[in-house]
Amino acid sequence: MSRNLYDLIGLIAGICFILALKGLSSPKSARKGNLIGALGATIATVIVFFYANDGKALNNQTLILAAIGFGVLVGVPAARKVQMTQMPQLVALFNGVGGGAAALVAIVEYLKLGDGATVSVVVATVFTVIVGCVSFSGSIITFLKLQELMTTRPVVFPFGRQIIALTLIGVLISGGWVIASGGTTPLLINGLLSLIFGVLFVLPVGGADVPIVISLLNAFTGLTVAASGYVLQTTLLIIAGTLVGASGTILTKLMAEAMGRSIFGTLFGAFTAKAQQSSGAADTRPVKSGSADDVAILLNYAQRVVIVPGFGLAVAQAQHTVRELADLLSVKGVEVAYGIHPVAGRMPGHMNVLLAEANVPYEQLVEMEEINPTFPQTDVVLVVGANDVVNPAAKTTPGCPIYGMPILDVSLAANVIFLKRSMRPGFAGIENELLYEAKTTLLFGDAKDSLTKVVSALKAL
Amino acid sequence: MVNELMSNEIALLAIFLLSIFVGFEVVSKVSTTLHTPLMSGANAIHGVILVGAIVVADHAKTTLEISLAITAVILATINMVGGFVVTDRMLQMFKGKAKQNKVKGEDK
Repeated sequence: MSRNLYDLIGLIAGICFILALKGLSSPKSARKGNLIGALGATIATVIVFFYANDGKALNNQTLILAAIGFGVLVGVPAARKVQMTQMPQLVALFNGVGGGAAALVAIVEYLKLGDGATVSVVVATVFTVIVGCVSFSGSIITFLKLQELMTTRPVVFPFGRQIIALTLIGVLISGGWVIASGGTTPLLINGLLSLIFGVLFVLPVGGADVPIVISLLNAFTGLTVAASGYVLQTTLLIIAGTLVGASGTILTKLMAEAMGRSIFGTLFGAFTAKAQQSSGAADTRPVKSGSADDVAILLNYAQRVVIVPGFGLAVAQAQHTVRELADLLSVKGVEVAYGIHPVAGRMPGHMNVLLAEANVPYEQLVEMEEINPTFPQTDVVLVVGANDVVNPAAKTTPGCPIYGMPILDVSLAANVIFLKRSMRPGFAGIENELLYEAKTTLLFGDAKDSLTKVVSALKAL
Repeated sequence: MVNELMSNEIALLAIFLLSIFVGFEVVSKVSTTLHTPLMSGANAIHGVILVGAIVVADHAKTTLEISLAITAVILATINMVGGFVVTDRMLQMFKGKAKQNKVKGEDK
């Protein structure tokens, strides 16, 4: 296959990726967009077999095909079986291995070129290794945080800032060393320091901000792919990588805006504002807890109920029960809507996916800007497993980790019911004053059990 | 020869810069509902690094080079295939209204 034909087909794949991103930006065309992207990726993968070795079978072809087969065997079942609640960390993991792959590609090409590499290729290699390694180790940490295999709180250690700054300087110096003198050892050191930097860079990020970091690392991996495309002089990799890098950057910005955070604040927040955790005194104040019957009565005589679902609902797999409750209330003539915070769940849009899975009608899902003005006319708000997204501290307590994040103004409603497992603060680890207010009723227990009890109490009324 | 090389570099630079603008443009108006699937889809797209991994695996000579390249092929495949499959699964949930009501009816 000639270089021109190869590049031409590569261009078609590139266009597929543009159409894929375009399609993914609108609900109607999203699924088709993803399939077009997959088509582009398939085309690109197939034609490289006909081009890379001038039309002859590739060297190591059997090994390559076996490796692809193995990758499919690992990737597909993981993607198929993962619970929708755990999907953010799977995406993080996929992103991490992609970054790792890009770094390895650049390293192998560098080893092969040896002293023959031009300066610009070496610079691109160093960039790929640094950013790819940061993306790899950083993504692993985000995975561990979301999977709750390690603490979701920001990890702050003494002289954290200085250590991170020193590591970054080390990364840059060793990068410069590679460019100046070449050789394998400097590149190895550069890669190792980059891996360490990736870990240090994500550790101080609080659990609630992790999605922003995943998105940022996703954009990083895109740029890495673009740089390795330059190393290999492959147009398609430059197009695909840059597209992801650019769109990922915008997406990160949009996500951060939805959460009322600046990207800078997310990454360095834990260092600048010392985590001011629970004041201690708050824990002993009395709260009003009710029974399932109390909750059922409140709901039964309401005219308008807004359900605020949070990650706790997803963890308890209570999507179907909450829909049953909503249907029951609708039958009784109660107006029901779901108030969806942009970052309900673990990522923007995550809750929509979870509720759609339980066949909740799309029209009942109301976004934050639209639902907020309706709270004063709402009789009961039922908060199921959510906390941070309704925490007034985001408005009233400057300096708290979620300060400035837009919230659902549930305190404006006549009654608020919280279904909670315990008094444990939410993912961001901040006390919620709303729990202690007179209009608030708490129903403790697993979200699914509680909802089932409320449903049967409601049926009995 | 030198000229040809230079113009090639410029062409790559042009492709890079234009791709940045396209990337900015296509996602600038996306609703929060689709942030997660969009991120996941973009994540799958950079799995196309698989192409690069195959190219280096083809011309890898030493055992070290071959094992690194093959590892890259495995990782890139996981990224690409897994990424597209998980994105499709997410988007499956956003199915049409008609179908949704049908399923809802069957439940009762």
